[in-house]
Amino acid sequence: MTDRHGITLTINGRRYSRNIDARRTLADVIRDDCGQTGTHVGCEHGVCGACTVLVDGAPVRACLMFAVQADGCEIRTVEGLANGKELHPMQRAFVENFALQCGFCTPGFLMLAVGVLEREPDISDEALLDVLSSNLCRCTGYANIVKAVRAAAKEMRAR
Amino acid sequence: MATEKTTIIGKSVLRLEDPPLVTGRGRFAGDISFPHQLHMRVVRSSYAHGRIRSIDTAAARALPGVFEVWTAADIPEVPPIDFREGRIEKLEPFRQPVLAQGMVRYVGEPVAVVFADDAYVAEDAAELVNIDIDDLPAITDAAAPPGEFSPGHNTEPTVLDQGYGDVEAAFRVAKSVVELDLSIGRHSGVPLETRGAIARYDASRDVLELHGAAKVPHRNREALARMFGRSLNAVHVFESHVGGGFGVRGELYPEDVLVCAAALRFERPIKWIEDRHEHLMTCNHSRQQRHKVRAAVDAEGRLLAIDDVIYHDQGAYVRTHATRVAMMTCGILPGPYRIGAYRAVCHYRLTNKTPAATYRAPGRYETTFVRERLMDAVAEKLGMDRLELRRRNLLKTEDLPYALPLEVLGEEVEYDTGDYAGLLDKALERIKWTELQVELKRRRAAGEAVGAGVAVFIEKSGLGPFDGARVTVDPNGAVEVITGGASVGQGFETAMAQICAEALGVDYRRVRVTHGRTDRIEYGIGAHASRATVMTGNATHAAALNVRAKALDLAGELLQAPAEGLDIVDGQVIRKDAPQGPSISLGELSTRLSPTRKDIKGRDPGLAADGWFHAEHQVYPYGVHIAVARVDRDTGGVRIERFVIAYDIGRAINPKLVEGQIVGGFAQGFGGALLEEFVYDERGQPQSVTFADYLLPTVRELPEVDVVLREDYTTPRNPLGIKGAGEAGVTGVGAAIAAAIDDAIGMPGAVTRLPVTPQRLKQILKGKGQA
Amino acid sequence: MKPASFQYHRPKTVDEAVALLAKLAPEDGRVLAGGQSLVPTMAFRLARPAHLVDINGVAGLDRLAVDSDTLSIGACVRHAAFHRPVTDGPLGRLLAEVVHHIAHYPIRMRGTFCGSLAHADPASEWCLVAATLDATLTAKSARGVRSIAAEDFLAGVMTTTLEPDELLIEARLPVLPADTRFAFQEFNRRAGDFALAMTLVTYQVDRGRVTNAHIGVGGAEDRPRRIAAAEQALNDRAPDAAAFAAAADAAAAAMDPMEDINTSAEYRRDLVRTLVRRALEQAAP
Repeated sequence: MTDRHGITLTINGRRYSRNIDARRTLADVIRDDCGQTGTHVGCEHGVCGACTVLVDGAPVRACLMFAVQADGCEIRTVEGLANGKELHPMQRAFVENFALQCGFCTPGFLMLAVGVLEREPDISDEALLDVLSSNLCRCTGYANIVKAVRAAAKEMRAR
Repeated sequence: MATEKTTIIGKSVLRLEDPPLVTGRGRFAGDISFPHQLHMRVVRSSYAHGRIRSIDTAAARALPGVFEVWTAADIPEVPPIDFREGRIEKLEPFRQPVLAQGMVRYVGEPVAVVFADDAYVAEDAAELVNIDIDDLPAITDAAAPPGEFSPGHNTEPTVLDQGYGDVEAAFRVAKSVVELDLSIGRHSGVPLETRGAIARYDASRDVLELHGAAKVPHRNREALARMFGRSLNAVHVFESHVGGGFGVRGELYPEDVLVCAAALRFERPIKWIEDRHEHLMTCNHSRQQRHKVRAAVDAEGRLLAIDDVIYHDQGAYVRTHATRVAMMTCGILPGPYRIGAYRAVCHYRLTNKTPAATYRAPGRYETTFVRERLMDAVAEKLGMDRLELRRRNLLKTEDLPYALPLEVLGEEVEYDTGDYAGLLDKALERIKWTELQVELKRRRAAGEAVGAGVAVFIEKSGLGPFDGARVTVDPNGAVEVITGGASVGQGFETAMAQICAEALGVDYRRVRVTHGRTDRIEYGIGAHASRATVMTGNATHAAALNVRAKALDLAGELLQAPAEGLDIVDGQVIRKDAPQGPSISLGELSTRLSPTRKDIKGRDPGLAADGWFHAEHQVYPYGVHIAVARVDRDTGGVRIERFVIAYDIGRAINPKLVEGQIVGGFAQGFGGALLEEFVYDERGQPQSVTFADYLLPTVRELPEVDVVLREDYTTPRNPLGIKGAGEAGVTGVGAAIAAAIDDAIGMPGAVTRLPVTPQRLKQILKGKGQA
Repeated sequence: MKPASFQYHRPKTVDEAVALLAKLAPEDGRVLAGGQSLVPTMAFRLARPAHLVDINGVAGLDRLAVDSDTLSIGACVRHAAFHRPVTDGPLGRLLAEVVHHIAHYPIRMRGTFCGSLAHADPASEWCLVAATLDATLTAKSARGVRSIAAEDFLAGVMTTTLEPDELLIEARLPVLPADTRFAFQEFNRRAGDFALAMTLVTYQVDRGRVTNAHIGVGGAEDRPRRIAAAEQALNDRAPDAAAFAAAADAAAAAMDPMEDINTSAEYRRDLVRTLVRRALEQAAP
C-alpha cells in the first residue's frame, strides 16, 4: 500500500518535482529519483554520516529523513559545492591534505564540515573535533581529515 | 618546455583519484543502474543451525512488483563456490552452497532470494517468505569438541601442522617455560561501503557482465566462467569505485553468483546492494583464534622453542580462502626472532557463525599478539627488561636472507633484508623511550595508571608470481597504463602513474591508469596482500621502459642521435647534449607509428608495449609499534595517548600514500584491540549487527600516530626495490596496546584476550580474571 | 533496511494533529518529530507504524521560553537549540553541557527534546534531565490536556504513560536557583554513544551543608530516576569526599541494573558508584 506524494526538492539550486512513496528516505530519493549519487548510503540507521547533506543550511543525515519531509526545502549536496570548475576550499583542502582514500565517506564529511562552518564560522577547534566525531571513516584514520578541515576553516574564515 | 628532470618516485604528489571523489562523481556499486533492472533481496536464515523443513514463497511471489523468488531448487545447475587456489578435495564437502540446501549453518545464511522492481518492494517480499526450520544446537566455541557438519563429516575439516626442530627436546632442557592461553576476538574489515553486485547479460553479444567487482577481478571472472560453463571471453567483470576492501570485499560470495545466475536466466540486469545489517552478519568475518602457546627459554632468555596449539574459528563454511589464514598463522608466528624449534598445530574448526576469511594482515595481527605477549611473559618470568629480551632474540641483519621450513601463501618463508633491532631503536628514539619511562614513573607516583608497550613484527607483501601491464601513448601524448590491478581506495592509480611517469619521462597527470577491467587486459592479480605496488608497479615499470625504448629507437633515427644520447623530459624526447635543441614529442612519435603511415618501416605499429614482472619470492617488510596507554581504574576505560609506528618499506613511491595506509591500518588495529567484536550468544545469534553494537573508532578515540617511515633496506627481489605497506599499520596494534595496558595497571600478563573492553578490564583489576 | 509502508500525514495545527491521532492511534499511528530515534527503528522494521503524523509543520510547537519560573520546551524544539544556554543561570548552563553528549551534531539538528522523552530510551540524557529536575510534561489529545510529572511519565524501557492518542506538546523544567551547583557525568565506549551509565546531580550549599540534592541516574536501569537513598545520604552533610562516597555507595546499592550479553549488572553498579562520586566532586564548590 504505497502512499504517493508529489514533492519538490530543490537540490543545489535545481528543482526536482517527483511523485514518491512516503516511506522513501531523502537519501534514496536524492540518489535514485533525482540522480545525484554523490551522497552515499553507508548504514541506513543514522550512525555513519556518509549520507550527510544540508537541508535549509543544517547538516542532517539524509537516511533519517523521509523525502516527503523535505518538500519545499533547499538541499545542498556534494555536487553543489564547487563553483563550476573551481573547487570549494573544503574540497581543495581534502585533496591537498590526502584526506580521502576510497572516497566513500568523503561527501558526508565535506557537507558536515561545510555546513557547520557556515553556521558557526568561529567554532573552536575542540568543538570542531567533536563535530567530526559525528562521521565514520574506515580508510584514513581521520588524521588528514582533521588537518584538511582545519585548513579549510582558516580559509573560509578569511574570506 | 621543461629541461630539468624531476624524480617523481618518492614524491608525495596529489592523488589522481581525488577529483571525481571530492565532487560527488564517484561511481560506486550503488550508483550503477541499468534500464529494466531488477533488485535482488536475499532471504536469510534466522537460525544458527537447523534443518530446513519447507520454504513457502507463495505470498512473496504474489506481492505486486515481485518478479520471481528462488530457492536452491531453482538453481540446481549452480555449483558451490570453489576455492580461489583451485580444487582442494579434502575441503570440498565444507563449501557453502549459493542458496542453503537442506541445512542452515549460520544466522544470515542465504536461503532464498527475491527479485523485484525496487529495493523497497524486494524487502517487503523477503519478509513474506516463510522458512520453516527445525533448529539444532549451535556450536559457538572452536575449542569445544567438534560436532557434526554433515553425515560423515565433523566440524574439524582439517588440522594444519607446521614446524621444525625437536620441540619436545627443547622443552626438556629449558631453563624456563612460559604457558599462555590467548584469544583474539572476532572482528573484520567492515568497509564504509557495503557490498554490491550488478549483473547484466548482454544477449546481443552473449557476454555476462558483473559490475561492482573488487580486489581480484580476473580471478573472479575465471571462477564465474567456470561455474556457468562459459568461456572467459563471455564473462567480464568491471570495477569502478570501491569503498574500501580490507580483504573482505572482492571474494566471490553467494550474492555475486546469484546476480549472475539471475541475469542469465531472466535476461534482465540484476542489482544487489547489501544493507549494513546484512553486512555485519554475512560479509567475511576474521581474526577469531585461540592459542594455547608455550615457550621454552634458556638462562639467557633465548628462545629454545615455541609450541602453539591453535583453535581457528572459521565459522560455518570454508570460503574461497580455504585454509590460507590458518596456514599463514602457523607459518608467520615466529616473526623476527630466532627460535630453536617450533611447532604450530592448528585445529581448523567450523562453528555456527558467519564464515571467516582474510582481513588486513590476516594471521599477522593474531600471531603478533600471541608472539609479543609471549615475549613479555618470558621477560617477566626471567625478570628481564622486555626490550632486552627482544634484542637477544631478534635476527640480525647479517642473518638475512633467513629461510625457515615454513609455508606462507604457498611459498617457503624467507625473510629478505632488514635490520629489526635497528628499527626497534629508531622507534624507541622517536618516542624517546628513556624519557618516557621517567615520565610514566612520575605519573604513576601521582596516581595515574599509565604504561607503554612494544611489539615487533614481520609483514609480508608482494606475492607473485607474475603480473603484466600495458602502456600506450596516443597521438596527443596522453598515456594509458592498463593493468590487471584493482583499487580499493588506496591510491593505486597514483602510484602506478608515478612509476610510469618516472620510467617514461612524462607528467604523471597525463597518465590514465586503468584497472579492474577484464575486457581491457587478459590477466590480472588484483590488489591484495599488499602486492599491488610491488607486482603491478614493477610490471608497469617494465612496460613503461619498453615503451621508452621503442620511443628512443624511433626518435634516435629522427633526431639522428644514438638512443643512449637521448632523454625524455615532460613527454619530449631531447638530446642530452643539446637539451634546448630539436626535440620530438611522444605524441608525434605515436603518430608516426600509426599503422596508416607508410614510413613505419618494419616497426610494430603503435607507441605501446607490454611489460611483465615475475616475483621469485614475496618480500618481508617489518615494523615496530609502540603504545602509551592510560587506564581509568574505576571505569576500565582505556585511552591510548600516543602511538608510534616504525616501518621499513624498502622504498616508498608516494610517502603520503604510504602514511595514509599506515594510519588507516592503525585505526583498524585499534578497533580490534579495544572496540570491535562480533559477539554471539550461546544459540549462535549474532549480537553485533548494527553500528550501535559493532563499534568503529571515531576521530575522538584515536591518538595521533607518529609514523617513522624508513627506506633503509630495499629488497633485491624487484627492480624498484619496494616492499608493500598496505598492512603495516594494523599488525602490531593489538599486541602493543595489550602490553601498554599491562604496564599501566602494573599487572604483567593481565591482558590475554582482545578486545579489551572496559568491563573485562575492570574484572581483571578486581582480580577476577577475564570476564 | 527500508522501512515498511505507512500513510503519511502532515497536520498544520495542534488540533488537527490530535484529531489525527485520535483516529489513527488505534490503527498504529505514531508521531514523527525529529525522527532520529524513530526512523532507525523503522529501518530495522522493529517499528512498523501504519501511519506517521509529522508534527514538524504544526504551528506553535517550537516555542522555547521562560514563563515565570519554568522553562517551557515545545514539542518541536530541537536539541541544537540548547547548544548555547537558553536562559541565564544554572539551568541554561546545565542544558548546554548535557546537550553536547547527545549523539552527534547532525542528529541534534533534527532530534527534539520532547521526542526523546516520548521515546523513553533508558540512556536518553533528556529523560535523565527530566527525571532529575522533576520536569512536568503536558500531553494533549482530543479528550483534553493533562500534566504528568516526569517520574510518572517514564514507565520503563521505551515506555511512557502517554496514551497512544496523546501528543506530548510541551515539557517544563523548573528554573534552578541561582546558587545551584550541578554536574553531569556519563561513561560510554565512544564519543556520542549511548551511555552505559550516566548521572546528573544538582544541589545547593547552605551554611556549609548540602541541601536540596537531586541525584539522578540513567542508562543503568530501565528508566532514569532520582535515587532517594543517595540524596538522603548527602543532604545535610558537608560537601566533602566522605559524603560524596556515601552518596555514591547508596546510589550503587539502590540500582536494579539492566544486564545484557556485553554488560553485567555488577559492572553497571560499579560504574554508577564511580560516576555519582565524580559528579558530586565536580559540582562541589
